[in-house]
Order: sequence, then C-alpha cells, then structure tokens
Amino acid sequence: MQSSKEREKLGRERLQRIMETCRSVEQRSLDPFVIDVTEDLKNIREYLPEWKLPDDLALDAETVNCLASVVRLQSEWVRHRSTTLYTDPFLLEEKLRKTAKEEIVGTFLHVWHPAVELEQISLHSIAEAMRYWQSLLPLNERWQQTRPEEVQTGSATKEELLRDRILCEKAFSEELENFWQTLKKKVAEKGNEGKIRYWDFVGAETYEETVQRAFMTSFLVTYGYATLEVRLLEEEIIIKPNGTPAPLTGKKQLVSIPIAVSVDDWAKWKRGELQ
Amino acid sequence: MSKRKGYYASKIKRATHMLFFKRHTKPGVKGWELHKTLGSDYPKVLKILDDYLKGLDLQVKTVFEEERHVEKPSLEQLDRARFLITLRGELTPKEAKMIGWRIDDLAGLSIAISYIISKKGQAPRKEVEDLLRDKLPGWKVGLNVDRYVRYGYLMQDENEQIYLDWRTRAEVDQKALVDLLLGMEAKPSE
Repeated sequence: MQSSKEREKLGRERLQRIMETCRSVEQRSLDPFVIDVTEDLKNIREYLPEWKLPDDLALDAETVNCLASVVRLQSEWVRHRSTTLYTDPFLLEEKLRKTAKEEIVGTFLHVWHPAVELEQISLHSIAEAMRYWQSLLPLNERWQQTRPEEVQTGSATKEELLRDRILCEKAFSEELENFWQTLKKKVAEKGNEGKIRYWDFVGAETYEETVQRAFMTSFLVTYGYATLEVRLLEEEIIIKPNGTPAPLTGKKQLVSIPIAVSVDDWAKWKRGELQ
Repeated sequence: MSKRKGYYASKIKRATHMLFFKRHTKPGVKGWELHKTLGSDYPKVLKILDDYLKGLDLQVKTVFEEERHVEKPSLEQLDRARFLITLRGELTPKEAKMIGWRIDDLAGLSIAISYIISKKGQAPRKEVEDLLRDKLPGWKVGLNVDRYVRYGYLMQDENEQIYLDWRTRAEVDQKALVDLLLGMEAKPSE
C-alpha cells in the first residue's frame, strides 16, 4: 500500500510528464492526436483529491491548461485537414525526393509571380542631393556649432522656488488637514444632514482651482477624512466629512471611484445646470 | 482629354511611382499610404492600373494582413493590406536565371515552400534542411534557407520553426503549387 506522500510524489511526476508531452507537441508541431486527452484527464482527476498545497493545485491547473491547448491544436488540425490546402506531408515528401530538380523548378515557375521592384535614381533626386551637398557645412564647422555652452551655476531663494512651485508653503499633511476643516465649514454652511454635494464643494471660480480642489478631495477620501456616497439612481455624488479620520484598514473592501472633472462639467456647474 | 480622364491619369501616374519604385525595405506600399496620397477612391485607381498592366503581363497584387484571400474587402481591410506589382504570367527557366536565381536555389525554395504548406504552414528548420540536403550540397543548404528568410519567403522563430512569410503569400499560388507537384509524373533525378 502506497503512503499518502508517495502517492503525492507520483501524482506530481505524472502531471509534469503530461505537461512536457503537451508542450513538445505544441512547440515541435507534432500530431496533437498522439496525446490521449481523455486518459490524461482521468489521471488528473484521480490525483485531484490528494492536492492540499496551493503549489500542487497550481500544477493541476497548469496541466489542465496545457491539455486545453492540445485540444485547440486538435481542432485546428481537423480544420486544416478538411481544407483544400491539406496535403499528406509524407506523400509530398516522397514525391519531392523522387522528382528531378529541373522538373520541380518547371512546376514552380508556373505558380510563381515575382514582385517587380525598381531602385533608380532620378534627375530630380540628383539635383536635390547636389543642393543639399552644397548647403552642407564641413564637419569641423558643424562640430564647432554644437559645442555646449558653459553655464554658471547660481543659487535660488526659497521665495523663487515657491513662486516656481518647486516647493510648497506647507507640508502636504498640513494642507490636507486645513482642507478637511474647509470641508467641515462648508458642510456646516451649505450642507444638509452633515453632507454636501460633490460639485458644491469642489466647484470654484476658476477651472484650475476646481481641479486642485478635486485633487485634494480625492486625498481626503483616500486617507479617511471624508466619505464618498455615490447615488447611482439620482446620479449624485455626496461628500460627508468624518469627525475623526477613519482608519484605512477596515473590514470593508476599498474601491476606486473615478470622477471626471471636465471643463464642460465645470461650466455647467457655474451656470447652475449641473445637478 | 476629358476632365475625368485627366483626374484618373494623374492618379495612375502617382500610383505607378509608388508601386514600382522601392520605398521601404519591403517592396510595395501599404493601402493606407495609397489612401493618403490618392484619396479614398484608390481601389478604383488600382483597378484601372491593373487593367492597363494586363497588356504588359504585370498585375497589381493585394496581400491581405490575414493570410487568407478576402473576397469582398472593406476599405479598412484594404488600408491594412500591402499592394505590389507582380508578374501576371509565368517566367521561363531561362528568364528566371536572368533575374538572378540559380536553378538549384529555385528548386530549394519550391521544395521548402511546398513542404511547409503540407505541414500546416509550419515546420522545424531541421526537417526542411534534411529534405533539401537530398538534392542540394550540404554546405549550401543552410545558406539557402537563410537567403529565403532574408528575401521574405520564409520566416523563422526562436524555436527554429520555419513559416511562410509575406513574399510567398504575395508571389506564389500555394494551392496550385501543391496540386501540380502531386500531379507530376515522377521522373528519377539525375
């Protein structure tokens, strides 16, 4: 009587063998019918109850996948055999071996219609080339022109970096906290039941500012400072500020909600058309 | 000359320049290039050119992206296809020599193509070379297969499998080749 471990080892070896045969059929374009798919599937099914480890289950799935590829090849094989282009390779090989070279060439010339292609220089292209050559500077002159210019290094003040937006005035977390306070204030002023419509919050005087607010809002939601409610039927998105930042590691699965903030939408909101 | 005739005459000239003179590594032009230069009625221009070329024993050949011939192609399929000028009729063995093909090389090409067709369009290089070695000197076999690959008749992948390439699809009537080879009365080679 085989032990469970021995049986598992035997099963793994068998699955590996099946996979290798399938792959060699696929790579070397052998007759896919040399593989007895039914028998192999029976073997795979026989060993399936033995598999406990994920690696073994993955091996099992991979073997089934290889067999599926063989079934696809078998279907292609049958389809090819039913077409007019099908010829028995052995018959043709035999014929080719027995026929003289001259005769094969004679036959090939009946079915070969070679492509016509000309490579020719025209007067026009010679004239173009001469014009180009005349206007071309000698190499030593061209290289002189491409020599890189020397640039003196200098220093920049913090104000200059802030102006060029290389540095931010506040740290991002601080900015986010401030934005959270803004949201709470806005909800208190314009909101209803501690909530506010998305566009009523992110919408601003300019489009650039609106995009900036939408960007910050996405971080408020991601870091648990606020919650987003999507009402599919009403096609409405609501933001609700949280009293304290909610931890990100909850039991609920996190989802990404893409919200388009296009110029058209912003213009509609400005006109009061976006509900 | 009527206005309409003049319109097509100039387009036919443009199409002839594009199709006859080699512009890329591969001969011929893609449908979208003709579309861009000649306009959306380029299939009609090519049809007129093809009729004109009949008298010169040449033809405008369409090679579709997919291997199979398309009965009634859409403009999109034509845009993706390659168009080239090929011989309409047949070459004599003497003419074949004059365009740079030795009889051995041409026989080798014919054998390789027909063998690959019979093997469902794919065969290991070793098998093709073994078959060629039967009729060609051993040192020449590898060089010839490389040459067929370089010319675009055959294609080889990293597993040393050989397939038919675009040039065979463009220039060779595959079904007729196999039928003729099978129907030949075998005479022993000298």
